[in-house]
Formats: sequence, structure tokens, C-alpha cells
Amino acid sequence: MADQVKLTIDDVEVTAQPSATILEAALASGIEIPHLCHDPKWKIDPSSSCRLCLVQVDGAKSLVTSCSQKVSNGLVVRTNTDEIRDIRRLVIELLLSDHPSDCLTCDTAGKCSLQQYAYDLGIEESRFTSQPVKSEPVQDGPAIVYDKSKCILCGRCVEVCHNYQVCGVIDFYGRGFDTKISLPPTQTREQSGCEECGNCIDVCPTGAIDFAGAEGLGRSWELETTPTICPYCGCGCTLMLKTHKGKIVQVAGDPKFGVCDGMLCVKGRFGFDFVNHEERLTQPLIRKKGKLASASWDEALDLVAKKLIRIKKDFGPNAIAGLASAKCTNEENYILQKFMRACIGTNNVDHCARLCHASTVAGLARAFGSGAMTNSMEDFEITDCVFVIGSNTTECHPIIGSAIKRAARDRKIPLIVADPREIELTEYSEIHMQQKGGTDVALINAMMNVIISEGLVDKKFIAHRTEGYEELRKTVEPYTPELAEKITGVTAEDIVQSARIYAKADAASIVYSMGITQHTTGTDNVLSLANLAMLTGNIGKPGAGVNPLRGQNNVQGACDLAALPNVYPGYQKVDDPGNNEKFQNAWSAQLSDKIGLTIIEMINAAAEGSLKAVYIMGENPMLSDPDINHVEEALKNLDFLVVQDIFLTETTQLADVVLPAVSFAEKDGTFTNTERRVQRVRKAIDAPGQARVDWQITCELARRMGYEMSYESASAIQDEIASLTPSYGGITYNRLEKSTLQWPCPSSDHPGTPYLHKDKFARGKGKFHAVEFLPPKELPDKEYPFVLSTGRILQHFHTGTMTRRAEVLDELVPQGVVELNPDDATELGVSDGQMVKVSTRRGQIKIATRVTSRVAPQTLFIAFHYREAPANRLTIAALDPIAKIPEFKVCAAKVESIKPQIN
Amino acid sequence: MTKQPKSIEDLKSWRERLMSKPAGETVVRVCSTGCRALGALDVCQAFEDEIEKLKLGKKVRVIRAGCHGLCAGAVAVVIDPAGIFYQKVKPEDAEEIIAKTILGGEIISRLCYAQQKDAPISLKKDIPFYKHQQRLVLRNCGVVDPTSLEDAIINGAYQTAADVLCNKKPDVVIKDCLTSGLRGRGGAGFPVGRKWQFARASKGQPKYIICNADEGDPGAFMDRALLEGDPHLVLEGMIIGAYAIGASKGYIYVRAEYPIAIEHTELALVQTRKAGILGRNILGSGFDFDIEIRKGAGAFVCGEETALIASIEGKRGMPRPRPPFPAASGLFGKPTNINNVETWANIPRVFELGAEKYAEIGTDGSKGTKIFALAGKVQNTGLVEVPMGTKLRKIIFDIGGGIPDGKEFKAAQIGGPSGGCVPAEHLDIELDYDSVQKIGAIMGSGGLIVMDESTCMVEIARFFTDFVQEESCGKCVPCRIGTRRMLEILTALTKGTASQEQVELLCELGEMIRTSSLCGLGQTAPNPVLSTVRYFRDEYDAHVNDQKCPAGECTALTSLHVDEEICRACGKCVKVCPTDAITGGVKKEPAQIDQEKCIVCGNCVTACKFDAVIKK
Repeated sequence: MADQVKLTIDDVEVTAQPSATILEAALASGIEIPHLCHDPKWKIDPSSSCRLCLVQVDGAKSLVTSCSQKVSNGLVVRTNTDEIRDIRRLVIELLLSDHPSDCLTCDTAGKCSLQQYAYDLGIEESRFTSQPVKSEPVQDGPAIVYDKSKCILCGRCVEVCHNYQVCGVIDFYGRGFDTKISLPPTQTREQSGCEECGNCIDVCPTGAIDFAGAEGLGRSWELETTPTICPYCGCGCTLMLKTHKGKIVQVAGDPKFGVCDGMLCVKGRFGFDFVNHEERLTQPLIRKKGKLASASWDEALDLVAKKLIRIKKDFGPNAIAGLASAKCTNEENYILQKFMRACIGTNNVDHCARLCHASTVAGLARAFGSGAMTNSMEDFEITDCVFVIGSNTTECHPIIGSAIKRAARDRKIPLIVADPREIELTEYSEIHMQQKGGTDVALINAMMNVIISEGLVDKKFIAHRTEGYEELRKTVEPYTPELAEKITGVTAEDIVQSARIYAKADAASIVYSMGITQHTTGTDNVLSLANLAMLTGNIGKPGAGVNPLRGQNNVQGACDLAALPNVYPGYQKVDDPGNNEKFQNAWSAQLSDKIGLTIIEMINAAAEGSLKAVYIMGENPMLSDPDINHVEEALKNLDFLVVQDIFLTETTQLADVVLPAVSFAEKDGTFTNTERRVQRVRKAIDAPGQARVDWQITCELARRMGYEMSYESASAIQDEIASLTPSYGGITYNRLEKSTLQWPCPSSDHPGTPYLHKDKFARGKGKFHAVEFLPPKELPDKEYPFVLSTGRILQHFHTGTMTRRAEVLDELVPQGVVELNPDDATELGVSDGQMVKVSTRRGQIKIATRVTSRVAPQTLFIAFHYREAPANRLTIAALDPIAKIPEFKVCAAKVESIKPQIN
Repeated sequence: MTKQPKSIEDLKSWRERLMSKPAGETVVRVCSTGCRALGALDVCQAFEDEIEKLKLGKKVRVIRAGCHGLCAGAVAVVIDPAGIFYQKVKPEDAEEIIAKTILGGEIISRLCYAQQKDAPISLKKDIPFYKHQQRLVLRNCGVVDPTSLEDAIINGAYQTAADVLCNKKPDVVIKDCLTSGLRGRGGAGFPVGRKWQFARASKGQPKYIICNADEGDPGAFMDRALLEGDPHLVLEGMIIGAYAIGASKGYIYVRAEYPIAIEHTELALVQTRKAGILGRNILGSGFDFDIEIRKGAGAFVCGEETALIASIEGKRGMPRPRPPFPAASGLFGKPTNINNVETWANIPRVFELGAEKYAEIGTDGSKGTKIFALAGKVQNTGLVEVPMGTKLRKIIFDIGGGIPDGKEFKAAQIGGPSGGCVPAEHLDIELDYDSVQKIGAIMGSGGLIVMDESTCMVEIARFFTDFVQEESCGKCVPCRIGTRRMLEILTALTKGTASQEQVELLCELGEMIRTSSLCGLGQTAPNPVLSTVRYFRDEYDAHVNDQKCPAGECTALTSLHVDEEICRACGKCVKVCPTDAITGGVKKEPAQIDQEKCIVCGNCVTACKFDAVIKK
């Protein structure tokens, strides 16, 4: 605190951070200075346009805006002189002269800053005789409505759109009194680039920009606010659920707490309708005569217990498997795996991380000893270089995507993107390496070849912190940029330049996602990135690291809490006798030391008949898994399938019993985000009908099967987790009330760990793995000439169970498309929007085309969210031999034009 | 063109070679920039045709020069070496000028300047308009061929820059600049040397300098004249400034409405680059510097430095709060120094004369000369360069030739649309930055509009407020809404519908806008209102209390009547009336004005030779 600044505001001595503005210093000391155009709680630059926050600084020639003026030692500030009060009054009078006095019916009444200041200053009406021009609100998209007459042109929306979101859709136009805000955008949505993030709504001080869906549903004082964590991607943004009469009315960001500065993406803000959706499951269902029929909880749970007991008795515990869920809380995942291990007696537990980051967990654990994102999201503000490979960050992790865009645009740090598609980030990148799908190892090996041959390696780091360098050096030696050019299609020059830029940066960050992991060489890809980071010493320091972005709200937590077949919570191996004994004692049960089945192995075992029953909590393999025709056959072959979910899904259609669970808004717990940050999820509303919290269902089931599991609360479960899981050892709900904690957090006084492997790797020394390039399993041929890749889009999530039921999101992008290069479209004679048939050796779908040069010639991209056109009917279940992750990113496909029927 | 001069000696010897060409030729300098609108290019062509016809090519040369300054005399032609000044020259005069004046040595008095009814004056140096000026910065404007680097070199261009680059250290350059006392000519009058000092001391590379050529004041055109008529002077100033600050890149931000300025500056850039005076290792000094032109889209506010920077960056031109000042974080976030055209053009003069010598010109607080754009109700409209501290009376009456048509001087508006209106009681003010501010005006960019007794000061305030409210960028509340509300009250005043309370509110609002606006545009916007209320309150009161416009300019409060006693029924007023409001006026029947139809345009007043039409 030594470098704090001392100043005097209105005769009160105040201390502040040197970086603070006078306004921030005043507000922090309880001195109110009115401010309309800027609010320091939002991370956007002050525009100093409202002039309400003018203050007098002794010695200054004129009044200064306290929102922009930094504090300094000895500053003497007066905020309340006659002159200043007169200016404030006139500012408000001027604004009111151009603003309707419709507070009686305005949705924003009660939280409107203009209303508040008019009240504070006692201004009933303006002395100016001109009448404000009334205009009708305009709504362009499904969500955002703009009322020009309420707009005070403070420019906050412009700032947030340009400078935070890096979208640049909203701007001023016109001049003088007729200046306007460009809402709705003058162009189409696609041209304008509006992501519909709605951050403009949150920052608007007068409600001129608002959420159309919340109109008339309650005013600020009627709404209850519950802070919780977003149920979508792994960014883990804090959501403020605004609820009224048991329903979510609106979602806002929290600028004061959490990872995202209060800014949200379109899914986080508008993807909440599913919670109150009429199709929510409200009571248990049992299949009777082929049809699912309502049943009581007792009936359903007794049936499940009876069936599982019988199958365990007849075929042994390993004939039963459980699928946990990356959507559920840490506590629920912990309970489910404990149930499978202690009550059933099998390690057959897995979850969808298998389909996304199994190769990360396997690869990074081998290289570093810990399979998680090494650094923090806030590091994008200090990194000197970002290398994004196989991550469409702006769509899949929008908040991180914006941070990377800001770093590239505002701090001008070099951004290198390697992606087979021309994703949005390539607009901001210095180099875009458009590699052929599945050639990442060759690309990275060639980069390392350049780094070694040009002497850009971090010799000290290699010598002191790593092992296996010599073998790596020999292996990458033949991977010249020229050879890699032949394999990857990226020019040797781009590879050389990228290698140099990455290696020369002081702290360079690698960001990757499914483009790296979802390959038969997924683990190899991850190991290669680990090699690259260690070779240049880009690990174990701020701003650097190997940063896998996790795709689900709690996929990190589900892994941490052992919804995996090979480990106990905290990655303690099940085949280690010491661990086994520890957990047997803790859980008072006989535990198996045999590694269980992974998802795809479960499907295969079900298909061949050795697996008899599966208990699925909150997953939808009938849409999420590769080759779903095969999945369907397998699940149909089971003796007994239990699905616990909030909706009927493609998978519940095959279930014998369906148990109604609750959504994220109806329960307490914790999620762990992509950067290992454990955050509190809070109950905002009651569950519909008889739906129950997942962990309570599982515990009840265990009790009926004769294994006692009972907890008073989610908090009590966390206490048990902490006692058994060293990396979560210091985490309690008490601490999480006021903060968030990044694991490892081994003790109650440990502040958490922003970046891993600081002085020592989790495994001791970092290990280089010499990796050779191997081609993808299924390459295009004459019959199937295209490479098909799958993934996500911004507006939807996973199997669409939630987002397809969110009105705004579904209206934004109601149907799936196959992205097709214009050259191929011409060749095939299909036009944009036309229906085509896409087929692979495993199945076929009908889908509309989007003709775009985002994809290279001879490649296709389909998002897998749409049940109407399920991409996973096409994908291949070829597995990475180590991580058992399927190769979603590459398979051979063909496209055929569907000729319009001629009658 | 010769091979690139690699040193100051090369440049000097190049100049000597250029100057060694045979002398004795007659040069006809036609203002081909400002006078172009009145057919200057045709005049040039007529001269050239005549020269060719008479095969005088070796003896007479036409230079398409820049502005001579005396715009009232357009098209203006100077014949050198004799120094004869002809005004209002038409193409058909060329033949006569060549025959009589150039070949015959005879003065054509018809084309000479004459003050009121005085005798015609043939020599430029004898014309009072020029005699009372000190044309330091404008010295070569109207003299050199702005499209020729050689001509500029002959006239001394780049000699000073070469000397500075080769013989002075940057901090000495800045020290000299401080000693000279030069203040920014863009309006605020900040000491140039201090600004340079800040930019030089700022950390961050690269550094930029910017030449602000976004001359937005209607009526001000000195920057335009300089770029059009002597672009190399501005470039030379920028080279010296860039060297002093350590900038490697310069921008000239010039409004797109100045096509000739852009053309000549672009040409000058190409020429200097080719000659090694811009680019890498300028004149062998080791200093690298280049300049790029950026065109502005004509927003008045883009003359404000932070808005200008935003505009160069490709953003909407809106000002931002300072600090940080551009010297610390300007263009693309880098240290940046901005000066306007006239300031840059002063730089070579500072070093040519020497800082101390330069500082001898002007007043204690304001050194050097200032160019004023003289306009309005004054005989000699045009560009006037005088030492700082020159009396307003001298500019208007001695240089400007006084008020035409024998009318009375009423006020001078100093500083462009957001300047203040100064009444006759201040005619003896010695104009400099500080004195002008004291009487409620601003130096601004040097706009000087003269008003006579027929000007309504309320209407003038309304007119200028209308301009600034339209040019407000719309960002800050006082300027965006406040200037519109001022305009509304002023409009009501000119219609006689405003109350005294509204006048009080107008003043209160004006003060508030002045103290609380974000940028200079807003802070100075109320000047026309506040200064006219201060000096001409009686006119405001007449509009409110009596619903009368004393000057008879506010049409809603004025009506025209024919004095039947005086009217001679000549019919002239009937012919000029655009709305056919006048009946009679012929056959001895006096004219009558139909008040319903009359729009008070005043055509009849001007047309009547007998002063029979009276304003009421």
C-alpha cells in the first residue's frame, strides 16, 4: 500500500491507487459525484461527454472531468461548488428538454440514472420551452429494442461495442443536435457483425437500449437478483439472474465480480428461456408397453434400484456404467462417480470430456503432470503474443475471443492463427496458417524445427526444467518448413515467420481447443504444443502457457471430480493401491482398482452385449457422440437405460426410466471454469413440478440400493471433496461467497493459483515427447472427396437442448448449414441456401448450404447442434489410442445436390 | 532537376546554378488559386496566347502564382520586376497589358487600385493595403510558382531547414523556438517551443507530427493560401519541427474542400522526396522523415486536435478528454505534435531571422506576425499579415480601406464563428492573443469580419450560433443540446417572441456551455452571444421590449415602406422585387409595398436612387 496516492476531496483526505481517477477515488470514499456517460464499474474508457462529473482542481485553469482525470499526490479537489452545482442542474435540464417524461410507464424507472439525478437535484422540469421529439422504439433483431427518445447519447454502448466487444456495430452518426446512435444497425445482421451480445443493454443508463423480452415483466424494484455462473461454455461468466414470480425475466452481467468484467455473450444473456420452458420434465417417467408414462418418485427409484441390483448380481458391477455431466455441478459429479465406484463397484464412469478434451487431460498430464489450462484468462491483457490453433475462440469462447481481439487490436501484440477455416480471429492475426485438417503435428514440428535451427530455444529453461530434449530435437530435424508445407498446405515462409514471432515474444500464450483435441492424434497434438511451449520457456510464467479452452460450463470440474474411468477426485489414479485404500476408507466400500470404460468403449461394449445397464446424468449421446447410428444400436441393445435430465432428449427416447432433474438456476453448487476457477452457482428459483436436484436423486438411489449417502447441502458435499482432493483442499462455500478460487488451492489460507508450473512442473520436470506426424484415420478419396469437420457456432450450444429452446437464440440461427467453398458450390451446381445431401460411410443428412470462403476448397463444416440435421450421423468413431477421443474434425464425405422435385 | 543534393553545400550550389539563369525577363504573376473562381486561369491563358503570338517567350513569362492577398481586386496580377499591381483583370485585358505596360512601359490606370475616389496607384508597394503590412510568412505567396520546387529553391526554400538539420542539435532548435516566443496560430496560442519540448520528452516510438490544415472557419483562408501558394514553406517548417521532436512521420490533415491545396502539396511532396529533401537521410544529415496527406471530410470539429487525430486513425472525428495530451499519447497512441499550417509556415522564418530577431516583432506576449482574413463590410477584403499588436483600426481603415458606401463601423467579429463581436470603442485595441481574449473575443485562426450599421447584432449571434450548433460533433451535452437551445432562443428573439427571462437563460446557458464543454468548439461557441449581449444589450432589449430590430435586418420585425413624397415613380423597385409586392411606381403613381407579399429582402432599398424606401 506504500504507493497509494493521497489527495483531498471536499476537505476530506482520501487515499487511492495511483491508477484511479478522481471519480473512482471519490466514489470509493463515499463522496458522490454524479456521472452519466461513464460508470467506472464498467471496463470501458470514459467519454467525458455528459459533463456531470466536472470538478474543480486547485491550480487547474478550468474544471476537469473527474471520470478521466487521474489522481495525484496532494491534489485538492472540490466537487460541490456553486458553479459546479449550476452546471449539473443545467446539464440535467438540457437532457430533460430532449427526453420524454414517461417515468410512470418506463421499464427503467427505478434504475434510471437520469431519473435519479433529476431527483437528487430536485429538477421537476426543464426551463427550455422546446418539446422532446417522441419516437417509437425500434426493434431489429429478436432481442434488442432501441428507443431513441430515451437516448441521452452518452456513448456507453458505442464504447462497449467498439472497445470491449470489438464489434464496432454501434456508432454515432449525424452531427450536432441531430446526432444519433446507429441502432438498429443500418446494415443486415451479417454485414454489421452484430453478435447480439446485448452488453449495450447493461451499460445503457436510461433504458434506451433494452431487452425486448423483458418489457412489462417487472421493474427494477420488483425483480430479485441472484448472482450465479453461466451454464454454457467454460469461460464461467457471472450471470445476474433477474427473477420475478418464479421465472427468469432477464439476465445481466456483474461488473464488480467474476471473470468477464460484467460483459456477456449472446448465449449467456439470452439463452435462459429453457429454464422456464413448458417442455421441462416435471415428474419421473417409466417405459410401459414401449411408451414413457408418468410415475411417482418411489416407483421410479425403486425400479431403478431393483434393476441395477439385479444386473450387478447377475453380470457383475462392470456390466453397469454411468455417464456424468459437464453441465452438472462439481458436487453432483462427485456424487455420481462416488455412487458408481462405491455403491455399484465399478470405475465405468465417464462424461463428455471424453469427446472434447480427453486428449488434453492425457497429453498435458504426460508432459507437465497436470491436464488443465496453465494460465488465466486475465493473462490476455499482459501476454506478448497469442498463438491460437484449432480454436474458433470468438464463437466458442466469446469472452476470451474479445480479449484476444483487444490484445491484437489495442496492444498490437502479434496474433498467429492456425485453423483450416478463415475464422473471425484471422481478421486480427498477423499470420493465418490455414493448415489441412489433421496435420497439426507436422505444422508444430516444423515450427520447432525452425526455432531449434535458428537458435531461438530457451536453453536455460530446457536445461533446468525439462527432460527428453535430445530425442525431440532428433525427431523434429526432418520436419523442415518445406516438408511441412507439403503436408499441411501452409507456406514454408508462414511457418518460419510464425515460429520466429512465437519464439521471440517475451511471454507467448498458446490457445487451443477442439481443433487440436478431436483427432486420432489428439494426444500427439497436445504433446506437440507442450513441446513448443517448453522449447521456448513459455510456461510457468504470467502471460504464457498452454491454454486449452474448455467447452462446457463445468467440464473442468467434472474431470477434477473424477467423472473419469481411471482416477479418483483430483486425478488420483484408481490403479494406485495407496489411493484405492484412501478412498475405500473414506467411502467405507470395496473399490475396484480396474480402470473403467470410456464413453466410446461403453457404446461398443453395449453393442456387443457385455454392458447391460447405463445410468446417464444430463448427457445426450444420441446427438453428441460420433456415428450416432451405431450409438442408437448400442443403447437399444442394453437391458436397462436410466436417463436423468431436464428435457426429453434424443437419448431419453431410448430410456427405460427418465428422472426429472433441475437446471442450473434451481440449485446450489459450484462450477469450475476453463482456468480452474471454482465459482458458486446459486439457486434463483424453485424447480418445476417434482423435479429434483441431481445429487439428491443419486443419493436417494444409493440409499435404496443399500449404500448410505446423505448430505445436508451442496456445501457439505464440497467439504467432503475438500477432505479427499488436495487441489480442492482449501475451498469452502464460505470462501466462495466473497471470491473465486483457482485450484490448486490446497489449504484454507491458500489464495489459489493463477498460473501453473511456476518453478516446478506438477510432475517434477517437464517432459518432451518426440512425436511423429500421422495422417487422420479417414482421408478423402474418389467416392468421398471432401474433408468434413464439425463444431459449434456462437448462438448455439452442444446438442441444442438448451439453446434451441431459447427464443432469441433459435430465432437468430434457426437451422444448421453446411459451409461449402464457392469453387465447390460452382462445381456441384448448388447455390447458397440450397438443400444438399451430405453423406459419409456412416450415414447421411439433408442440410442447407452456406456458400462461403471461410472453408477451403474440398472441405465442409457442419455445426452439430441441430437434431434436424445431426452432424454426428456422419462423423467417425475412430479413436485416439491414448485418450480414446473420437476424430470429429476429419472424415471423408460427399455432397450431392438435391434436385428440386419436378411434378 | 539536378541530381539529389546530398548536403547543405549541394543545395546551395544547386540554388546558385538555378539563379544564374539570365535575368531581365518580365514576369507576370497571376493569382491562380483564390482568383481562379473569377477566371484567373483564362487570364493566364490569354497572357500566354499573346506571348506566343508575339513570340515573347524569352522575354515574358507567366507564373501561375498563389494568392496576392487583395481578394477584393480579383483577378490580381503583379508585373515584375517593375512591381506593378493590376486588379480586376479580365482575359481581354491581356493584350493591352502586354502591349502597353510590358512592351510600352505605360500604366493602364483603369486596372490600378484606387482608394475610394483617390488617384489610382500603380505600384504594389505603394498601395496602402500592402504598405501597412509586414508580409513575413506570406512573403513568397503570390510570388513563387507553387508547382515548381526550383522556383521555391530560388526564393530560398529549404536553406533554413538544411542549416538547422546540419548545424543545430534538436534541443537547441527547441530552445530557439522558445526564445522566439512563437505561439500556435491555430487559435489557442500555446507556445510552440513548449509543445515541442513535451513531445520530444515523451517516451514512445515512433513519434508523429501533424499539420492541421482543416481550416474550418468560414471566412478564414490563410492556411489554404499558404498551402496553395507556397507549400514548400509549410513542408520546410515541418521538417524542422520533426527534427526537433524526433518524429519520423508527418501527416498533413487537409480538408477535401481544398483541392488546389491538396494538389500543390501533393506535388510538393513528390518533388521534395525526389530531391532527397524528404525521406531517408535528408540532405545527408542522417535524419529520416516523410509526410503523408490525409483528407478530412469537412467537419468543423476536426480542427480540434483530438478529433483530428481520431479522424486520421479512421474513426469518427470526435474530441476526447485531455489529458492525455497528444504529446504524450496522440496518433495511434504515440507522442504526437500538432501545429496548424500558419504555425509551421512561421518556423522557417524564425530560424531564418534568428530567434531573437524574430522575437523583436510583435508584443510582449505574442511574437511575430499574424495573418488575418479580412471580410465583411470593408473595402479591401483579403489576407492581411501584420505584426502582433497592430491596432484593429489600422487593419480595418488603413489596410482595409474602411467601410464602403460611407456607412458607419459597428463591430468586428474576431476569431471566426466562435469569436466575439468587438464594438467601435475597442477599435484601438492592439491585437494579440491576450488583449483579444480580454474583450471577449478570441484570436482563433484570424478571421476578421467587419460589420457596419446595417448589421443586426442579434441576428449575427443567431447566424454564428446556427453554424456552431450544426457543426457540434454531438458528443457533449452542453454543446450538443445547449447550442441548439441557444439557437432556439435567438431565433425567437429575431422574431420578437422572446422574453427577458429567456435572454437571461440564454446568458446563463452561454456561460455554462463556455465553462463545461468538452472541447474548444463548445467552449467558444457562446462567444458571439455573450459578446453581443455584453456590447449590444440595447439591441437585444429592443427585440424583446419593442419587438423591433434597430438595424432593420430581422425580417420578422422590419417592414419596408415607400415615402410617397420622395418617390419619383421610376419603376426600378418594381423591377427588382422578387415577390411582385410593389405596385404602382410608374406613370407618376408612387410605389406601394404590399406587406403581405413583401419578404423584406431589401432589393428595393438598394435599387431606389432617391432613398424613398424606408425601413420601419
